[in-house]
Amino acid sequence: MRNRYILVVMSLAVMGLLLAGCGAADPKVIKIATQSPLSGGMSAVGTDIKNGAQLAMEQLSGPLVAMGFKVELAAFDDQGNPDTGVANAKNIVSDPAILAIVGHYNSGVQIPASEEYHAAGLANVSPANTNPKVTERGYLEVSRICGRDDVQGAVGAQFANGKGIKSAYVLHDKTAYGQGIAEYFKRESETLGIKVLGFAGTEEKANFDSILSPILAAKPEVIYFGGMFDQAAVLFKQARQKGYMGMFLSDDGFDSSDAAKIGGAALLEGAGTYFSTVAGPAAAYPGTAKFQADFKAKFGGEPQPFAAQSYDSMAIVLKAIENAALAADKKMPARADVAKAVRALKDFPGITGTFTFNSKGDLAKAKYFIIQVTSGDPANWSQNKIDRILDIAPPQ
Amino acid sequence: MRRLIKSDALREIILPLGQMTVFVLGAGALFSAVMILFALLFRGSGADKLLLDTQGVNILFYTISNLPQVLIDGVTLGFVYAAIALGYTMVYGVLEFINFAHSEIFAIGAFAGVEFLILMDKIGLLAGAGTYGPYLYLTLALSIGMLTAGGVAVLIERAAYRPLRGAPRLVPLISAIGVSFALQDIIRLVESLTTGQFYRVIPTFGNFDERIPLFSFKTSSAPINVNIQVKSVIVIVAAMMMLVGLNYIVKATRLGKAIRSVAQDRNTAAIMGIGVNGIIAFTFLLGGALGGAAGVLYALKFTRIDPFVGFMPGMKAFTAAVLGGIGNLTGALLGGIILGMLESFAGAYLGTFTMGNFGSEYKDIIAFLILIIVIIFRPSGLLGEQISQKA
Amino acid sequence: MKTKLREFLQKIVAFLNRGRVPYFFSLGAIVLGFILVYLSPRSIPAFLVFAAAAGLPYFLTMNKAFKLALAVLVAVVLVPILGARNIFYLEVIFQIAVFSALALGLNIVVGFSGLLNFGYMAFYAVGAYLWAFFGSQQPFLLNAIPGTVPPGTQFFMAPDWFYLFIFLGIIVAAIVGLILGLPVLRVRGDYLAIITLGFGEIVRQLANNLDKPINLTNGPQGITPIQRPSLPEGVIKFFNNIFEPLVGRPVTVNQFYNILFYLIALVVVIVAIVITYRLDDSKMGRAWTAIREDELAATAMGIPANRLKLTAFAVGASFAGAMGVLFAASRTFVSPESFSFLQSVGVLTMVILGGIGSIPGVIIGATVVIILNLQVLQSFSLFLSQLRQSDAYIPIINFYWRDLSNQLDPSKYQRLVFGIILILMMIYRPAGIFPAARRQRELRKHPLDDGEAKAAAKGGPVNDAGQDPDTGSASATNVKENDHER
Repeated sequence: MRNRYILVVMSLAVMGLLLAGCGAADPKVIKIATQSPLSGGMSAVGTDIKNGAQLAMEQLSGPLVAMGFKVELAAFDDQGNPDTGVANAKNIVSDPAILAIVGHYNSGVQIPASEEYHAAGLANVSPANTNPKVTERGYLEVSRICGRDDVQGAVGAQFANGKGIKSAYVLHDKTAYGQGIAEYFKRESETLGIKVLGFAGTEEKANFDSILSPILAAKPEVIYFGGMFDQAAVLFKQARQKGYMGMFLSDDGFDSSDAAKIGGAALLEGAGTYFSTVAGPAAAYPGTAKFQADFKAKFGGEPQPFAAQSYDSMAIVLKAIENAALAADKKMPARADVAKAVRALKDFPGITGTFTFNSKGDLAKAKYFIIQVTSGDPANWSQNKIDRILDIAPPQ
Repeated sequence: MRRLIKSDALREIILPLGQMTVFVLGAGALFSAVMILFALLFRGSGADKLLLDTQGVNILFYTISNLPQVLIDGVTLGFVYAAIALGYTMVYGVLEFINFAHSEIFAIGAFAGVEFLILMDKIGLLAGAGTYGPYLYLTLALSIGMLTAGGVAVLIERAAYRPLRGAPRLVPLISAIGVSFALQDIIRLVESLTTGQFYRVIPTFGNFDERIPLFSFKTSSAPINVNIQVKSVIVIVAAMMMLVGLNYIVKATRLGKAIRSVAQDRNTAAIMGIGVNGIIAFTFLLGGALGGAAGVLYALKFTRIDPFVGFMPGMKAFTAAVLGGIGNLTGALLGGIILGMLESFAGAYLGTFTMGNFGSEYKDIIAFLILIIVIIFRPSGLLGEQISQKA
Repeated sequence: MKTKLREFLQKIVAFLNRGRVPYFFSLGAIVLGFILVYLSPRSIPAFLVFAAAAGLPYFLTMNKAFKLALAVLVAVVLVPILGARNIFYLEVIFQIAVFSALALGLNIVVGFSGLLNFGYMAFYAVGAYLWAFFGSQQPFLLNAIPGTVPPGTQFFMAPDWFYLFIFLGIIVAAIVGLILGLPVLRVRGDYLAIITLGFGEIVRQLANNLDKPINLTNGPQGITPIQRPSLPEGVIKFFNNIFEPLVGRPVTVNQFYNILFYLIALVVVIVAIVITYRLDDSKMGRAWTAIREDELAATAMGIPANRLKLTAFAVGASFAGAMGVLFAASRTFVSPESFSFLQSVGVLTMVILGGIGSIPGVIIGATVVIILNLQVLQSFSLFLSQLRQSDAYIPIINFYWRDLSNQLDPSKYQRLVFGIILILMMIYRPAGIFPAARRQRELRKHPLDDGEAKAAAKGGPVNDAGQDPDTGSASATNVKENDHER
C-alpha cells in the first residue's frame, strides 16, 4: 500500500515536470494576438477580422523573420461577450511573447478589455471599434484605424446636405456602433437644416415591414441606416419593394459586395444608394484590389467589412514591432516600446489609407469616401463610383 | 350539401378555413378599432401637432390611411408565426415538452430550400424558367426543405429525446437546448466549409417581388395605394394549406387518431396496439416538415438567412403557441395571427403616437408583456384546456 | 475488467481516507499544485492540477478545522500569489466565483423549489445597472446624447459607496424577483419557462432602449466609466512588503484591483454557500422540496406554497443582484450585450451540469464550464493555429497541419461542444456530475424505455452525501420516475 501511495505522488510529479517543460517559451518567438467574435451571430465579421490579420501576418512578417524571429498569430475568440473578452485579455497580457493585439469588433468588449492592455502596456490597434470612448480615455496603448462614429455620422449628413436633401429618416441597429453613427448623423443633420422625420432602432434582421410603414408615410428624401450591411441591404430592398424611391445612405458597415448580393438592383432604383467609408474602393486603390483577390484565394469568400482594416492594423503592428526590434538591437522589444513605435509611425501606407496617429490614438486625418453603388451585381462591387472624398481630422 | 359537410373529411377542411377567416377578420377588426380609438384620444396632442407639422395630416387620417397596409403585413407575419408555432404545438401536444431545437429545424429547412434554389440558379435554370417555372422550383424547394427538416427532426428525436422519455421534464428540455446549440454550429460548419461564409441569400427569380395592386382611395393629398406582394400571397396561401393539411391529418385520418390517442395516454395507446415510438417519430416528422416549409417561406419573404435565423422567429412562434394555448392546433393559429398583428401595429404606430420616445423597438417588449398578462388571467392560453398541476 | 477497476479505485479511496493519509495527501497535493503553477505560470495542465488539489480536501474525511485551514490557505494566500504572477488565473477564479454565486442563486429557484427560470440574467442586469447608474456620471447625463460626456462632469457618488451598493443590489434584485414572482405564481411548468424567458428579454431590451426619452442606461452604448472602490496606497505597500519576494515583482494598483475583486467575490460566494446550506437544511428548504415534488400535496399539508415560491424567487435573485454590482465595478463597463438569453442558459447549464439541487455540484458545474470555456477550448484552438503555422505534419498520411481548413477551429464551435455535452449529460448522467444527496436518496428503481433496466437495477440508493462519486454514477442513470404522465 505504501508503495502505491508513493507511486501516485511520483506519477503526479513526473507529469508536472513534463508540463513545466512544455511551458518554457522560445525567446525568439513573437506572438501577435487577435480578439474578435469567432462564434455566435457576429462571427461572420469577427472571423474575417481574424482572417484579415492572418493574411497580413503571412504577407508582411518577412522583415521580422529575417531578423531571426518566429512570428505567430494567437487568435482568441471573445464571443462578443465582455466576460470572455476580459478573461482573454488577461490571458494575452500574461503571455510575455505577445507584443501586440489587433482587435475587437464590439466596442462593448474592447473598452473593458483594453483596460487590461493599458495596465500591461500592451499595444492594441483596433480595426473596428468606432465608439468615441475607445480613444477618449487617452491611453497610449490603444489606437484605431477606423473612423469615429461622431465623424462618420457627420460626414454622411454633410453629404446629404450637399445633395440638397431636406428631410431624412434615421434608423440604426441598436448596437453601440450603429446607434453612435446614427446619433451623430441626426445631430449634424439638424444643425445643417435637414428635417429629421424619425429616429428609431431595430434589432430585427429580416422583417422590416412594420418599421417601414411610418417611414413610407413620412416620405423622407433619404433613409439613413447606421449599422451593418446584412441588415441595411435587407431593409433597403424591402423599402424599394414597398415603393420607396428616395435615397439610401449608410456607413462603412455597408461596404461589402454581399450588400449587392442581398439588395440587387433595388439599390440602384430611385435616387440610388450611397455609403460612407474610410476604405477606398478596390478599383481606385490597387492595394485594396490585391487584398481582395488574395483574401478570396485564401479564405474562399469575399472579405466582410473591417477585414481590410484588420489587415492594415496587423501591418501597422508588424511595422511597429520591426522598428522597435531594430531600436533594441534585433532583440525582443519591450511592450512599451512597441506601443510607442505604433504611435511613432508617420504616413504609414496601408490598403485603406495612409496612417498617422494623433495623441489620443485616432488617425490624425482620416479620408472619408462617399461611394455610390453602381451595380446590383456583387462581382462589380469594386467598381462603385466615388462620389466625394473628404479629409477630416477627429475632434480634439 | 349538408351531408357533405357532415362527412368528417370535408368538415375538417372547411372548419379550419372558417376559423382562419374569423381569426384574421376578428383580430384585424379588433386591432383597427383599438388603434382608431387611440387616434381619437390623441387628437390635439403633441403627436398630432408633430404629424401636422411634418407630414401635413392629422393623427386620425394618418392612422386610417396606414391601416390596410399594416393589416396586410400583420396577417403575413401572423401566418409565418402560425406555421412555425404548429411544430412546437404538435410536439408539445404529444410529448408535453418544449422542443427547443425547433427554431434550428426551421433554419435547416430554410438552408436546404435556399441551397437548392442557389444550385438551380447556378445551373441557370431559374433565369429561363418562364412564368410558371419559378412556382415549380419554389414548390420543389419547399418540398426539399420540408423533407430535410422533417428528417432531421426525426433523427434528433431518435438520438436526443427518445432515450430520455420518462425522465423528469427538465431533462429533455435541457437536452433540447443542447441540440439547439449543436445544430446552430453544425449548420455554420457545413455552410462555411465551402465558401467560408455561413449566411445565404435567396436568388431573385420569378415575379415574387412584384406587387399586386388591391385598391386605392383618393385623399386630400396624394392618393393612397394598397397593394400586396406576390410573395406575401404565396406565404399566406402556403401557410393556409399547411394548416388545413395538418388539421386534416390530425383530425380526420387513422394516423391522426393514433397521434391523438398517444397524446392522451401513451400507455393505454400502446396497449391498444399503437406503435408509440413510430407515432412520436411521425409527429416529429410532421412538425419538422412544417418548420422546414416555414423556413423556406421565411427565406423567400425576408431574403437573407443565417444559422441563427431561427432564434427570434422561433421564440415568437413559441410565444404564439403559448398565447393560443400550447398543444392546441387552432390555438397556435390564433396566437400566431394575434402576435403578427400586434407586432405590425406596434411597429407602425408606436413611434408616431409617442413622438419617437417609445418607438418600434418596444414591439417585442409589448409582445412579451401581452403574453405575460394573458397567461396570468388564462394560465393555459387563450384556447388551451386547463392543464392539471403535474402536466 | 470494469469491476476490477472499480475495486482498485475503491481501494485507493479507502486508503486515502485512512488515518493521517488524507492530511498528508491533500497538503502535499496542494503544495505540489502550487509549485507547478508557480514554476510554469502559463501551463494550463499545471493550473488544473492546482485546481483539483484545491478541491480535493472537500472529498476526504478529515478534521473540519484542518479542512478550513487548508481552504483559507488556498483562498487567501496561495491564489493571490499565483494570481499576482499570472492575472489570467485570477480572472478565471474570479469568474468561477461570480458564476458560482449565480448558479447557487438559480439553484435555489430551479433546484430547490423546481421553478424553471430562463430569465435569471435579468437580476444580474438589475444589480449591474444599479451600480453602473449611481457609480458613474450617468445621473448627470440624463439629457445628454447617449455616449457623450460633457467635459468636467463629476461622478455622482464617492467610490466607496460601492460596498453599500452590494447590499442595495441584494435588496433591489430581491424586489424585482418578487415582482416577477407575483404573476408567475399562477403559472406552472413550461408556461413558467416561457414567461421567465420573456421577462429576461424585457429587461435586456429595456436596458437597450432606455436611452430616450430620458437617458437612463445609455442604450447600446453602455455605461462607462464606472467607479471602483478606492484602494489606499498603504494596502498595496503592505501586500508588496510581504509578498514581493514570492511574486517576483511589485504588484501595481491595477493588478491589485484584480485581487481585491477576487476577495470580494470570494466573500460573497462564501456567504451564498452558507446561506444555501442553511436554507437547504431548514424548514423552508424542506418545504421547497415538498412544493417541487408535489405542490398539491404540499399545500394540503399546510405549506404556504405561494409565499415560499416568492421567497425562492427573491432569494435566488438577491445573489445575482450582489454579483451584478460587483460585475459592474470590476469591468467598469456595463452594456446590454452581457445579459442575453444565452447567458441565462449558460448559468442554467452550470446548474444542470454540476447537479441540480446539489450545492457542491453547482459550484463544480460553474468551474467546469468556465475552465472549459476560457481555458481548454481556447488553448486547444491556439494550439491548432500554432500547428497550422508550423511545418509539422502527421507522418503516416503525410497530412500537413497547415492544410487544415480554417473552418475547423474548436474555439469557433464552442456551442457545438456545449450542446453535445448537454445532450450526453442528459442521456447518461441526468442528475449531474455531483448529484444532490437528497436526489440520490429519492432515486427509485425505474426501468427506462430503451432497456437501461440493467444499469438501473445495479444502482441502489447511495449511502451518504455523495462521498463516493464513483458509485454515484450507477444510480444517476436511474432517473426519477416519470412524473408527468396523466
